Amino acid sequence: MNKTDALIIGAGPTGLFTAHQLKLIGLDCEIVDNLDKIGGQCIELYPDKPIYDIPAVPECTGEELTNNLINQLKPFDIKFHLSERVDEVKKDGDNWIVKTNNGTEFQTPNVIIAGGVGSFEPRKFPLKECEKFENQSIFYSIKDKKIFEGKTVTIFGGGDSALDWAVELSKNSKVNLVHRRDDFRGAQATVDTVHKLANDGKINLFTKYQISSISGDNQLESIDIKNDNKETKTLKTDYVLGFFGLIMQLGPIANWGLNIDKKTIEVDTEKFETNQKGIYAVGDICNYPGKLKLILSGFHEGALAARACFKLAKPNEKYRFEFTTSSKTIKDRLGVKGD
Amino acid sequence: MAKITYITHDNQNHTIEVQNGLTVMEGAVQNDIPGIDADCGGGMACATCHVYVNDEWFDKITPKEDGEEDMLDMAYEPKKNSRLSCQIIVSDELDGLTVNIPSKQG
Repeated sequence: MNKTDALIIGAGPTGLFTAHQLKLIGLDCEIVDNLDKIGGQCIELYPDKPIYDIPAVPECTGEELTNNLINQLKPFDIKFHLSERVDEVKKDGDNWIVKTNNGTEFQTPNVIIAGGVGSFEPRKFPLKECEKFENQSIFYSIKDKKIFEGKTVTIFGGGDSALDWAVELSKNSKVNLVHRRDDFRGAQATVDTVHKLANDGKINLFTKYQISSISGDNQLESIDIKNDNKETKTLKTDYVLGFFGLIMQLGPIANWGLNIDKKTIEVDTEKFETNQKGIYAVGDICNYPGKLKLILSGFHEGALAARACFKLAKPNEKYRFEFTTSSKTIKDRLGVKGD
Repeated sequence: MAKITYITHDNQNHTIEVQNGLTVMEGAVQNDIPGIDADCGGGMACATCHVYVNDEWFDKITPKEDGEEDMLDMAYEPKKNSRLSCQIIVSDELDGLTVNIPSKQG
């Protein structure tokens, strides 16, 4: 059981800066995120897109913003739990017991939800019947590529994941690559390789096609793909891989007894506390009159939620407001020399 | 101001007056039209505001910019007349625009 003063759910910009604020005022924290990397939407959705409205930063990309925030946390020892999704939050006396899908458990008086629009999950095929074969012969990510050796694999998608795997698996498998249009958005070099492999007969390329049905009782046998002109082709295949990127889903947060409206959590604007004492929501996921979904708002919300955590984490101490420019205590925490 | 009709997957018509300058996505979100989630808030980064534009209207709205077609790769059952509703800006000329919302986003 990990004990901490505050547990932050979400390692996006808001979660990271909230951690900074907690550490600055002398509280411990740990961070859980379902993605395998730090940065949240900034890193997953727009790592290369410039952002122009971070105060005092005229222009930076999602990746640069993330790296700067990580740098800002360097003086502190903060434990990250990546590739883990918080599934359960339960009250236990003055504490919350938090459990992840990997079985990690936390005991903490404060839970700060900085979850953006929820956790990132793979986008799946629109066909309901695909669920039956999921993780058996239909996959949205690859853990062990050996299972595809000598088999027929049909890959859907037009981005780097789809193209990279088409190239890789074409070495030892029969590969069909299906995409909804002629253009691919993956790296040009990979697109060229795919076209070359297609010309050499190593990849069967089907553009302007999408999945229309799947067949097989206990085992996947074949799939049908259809184009805009309603022409259908049947492909015999052992495996199907779908690479349509990630989608955000509120997921288990909906079950924690919080007041939720349109995928956002209602909070007050003093502590950014939810209807549950000791559970806060900051950043895109929180909602209050006048809420702006800007990164800068998340920073403000995190700073106030961090102060609110102090009372529950150290009930016998009084929080004293201090400036980083003048406080010796804060400078010690940052590991910088005082004047 | 333009009257925009959103047809949800259950074939319900929702006709709403949307102010000029707002996007078709914002018109839906502000009026609780189900099926347009707009998770990324209009940043062309999520494809959860995907709609089908009726053929008669498709050529009248501003064409797709770079990136929208890429994002539509991610959309649920994209078709020839697919658009991201966050990229369609409402003006008087769009009075009467009708869009269909896919049965599911994501």
